[in-house]
Amino acid sequence: MRLDLNGTPTEITATTLAEALTELGYQTSALATALNGRFVPAAERAATPLRDGDRIEVLAPMQGG
Amino acid sequence: MRLYDIPLPSRLMLGTAQYPSPQVLAEAVAASGAAVVTVSLRREAAGAPGANGFWSLIRQTGARILPNTAGCHSVAEAVTTARMAREVFGTDWIKLEVIGNADTLQPDPFALVEAARILTAEGFAVLPYTTEDLIVGERLLDAGCRVLMPWGAPIGTGRGLRHAEALAAMRQHFRDVPLIIDAGLGAPSQAAQAMEMGFDGVLLNTAVARAGDPVAMARAFGQAVAAGRLAHEAGLMPPRDMAAPSTPVLGMADLGLDGLA
Repeated sequence: MRLDLNGTPTEITATTLAEALTELGYQTSALATALNGRFVPAAERAATPLRDGDRIEVLAPMQGG
Repeated sequence: MRLYDIPLPSRLMLGTAQYPSPQVLAEAVAASGAAVVTVSLRREAAGAPGANGFWSLIRQTGARILPNTAGCHSVAEAVTTARMAREVFGTDWIKLEVIGNADTLQPDPFALVEAARILTAEGFAVLPYTTEDLIVGERLLDAGCRVLMPWGAPIGTGRGLRHAEALAAMRQHFRDVPLIIDAGLGAPSQAAQAMEMGFDGVLLNTAVARAGDPVAMARAFGQAVAAGRLAHEAGLMPPRDMAAPSTPVLGMADLGLDGLA
């Protein structure tokens, strides 16, 4: 399916958020995810299905003021 | 200083952005003595290396982590960012920014209060980036905030306490609420001024990160904050308009030269 990953159109075959992170090569645990603007806790990623056109945000620690 | 019942050994809070290198950042945090450092969340590219060097560096500083919602322009963005930050950083503390204008980076007080209400209900310890407006401050307290962080000047400007009289009034109005000057400080003297006025602490980033020698400037800010606080506790003399001799006049010799006038 085709979805939007951090603002970039992306093709994946995974059907859950947890599978998508693995397929996309995310390796660190210091990540937070949101689906269509809603926070998805790490514990819920495996039970979070994805649909064509979904917007996924994957965020990590960064410098801030 | 205690914020949300947490004792903090320093009244300086330091941002972690814009340093010339991670090493300089780590040395600046240590030199400043800051008890709290601010961090943020940004998009992580797919397939990025597993280890997040920044995050491990920050944890090694030993400072308390204060995630921010920088760049959020709506209640929904700020609330979602706060929830994501809580999971990643493992803290309920959140520096709540809801920006009302992309050019001035001025807080949107209406959205700020609404976001604060939602987040405090979810157990967050909200540190709101706000203005010196007293009613907004009251609404933030009503929403459950136990700290207020009024701006000194717009973010990144280094202009110091642009509305010093209004900030002094805010200090008077909220006598028992921890008040942190957040943003706009450009020089240690400005941080000292805020501390002399009785503010509980200061939060800054650019003034240190963009200094010619960030580590030395971090140390300077740490000393200025400590000096300003000490001065506040010592009690400043009341200012007066007319000169008053500091050396005693009583016992002055009569050394006028007779006849030479």
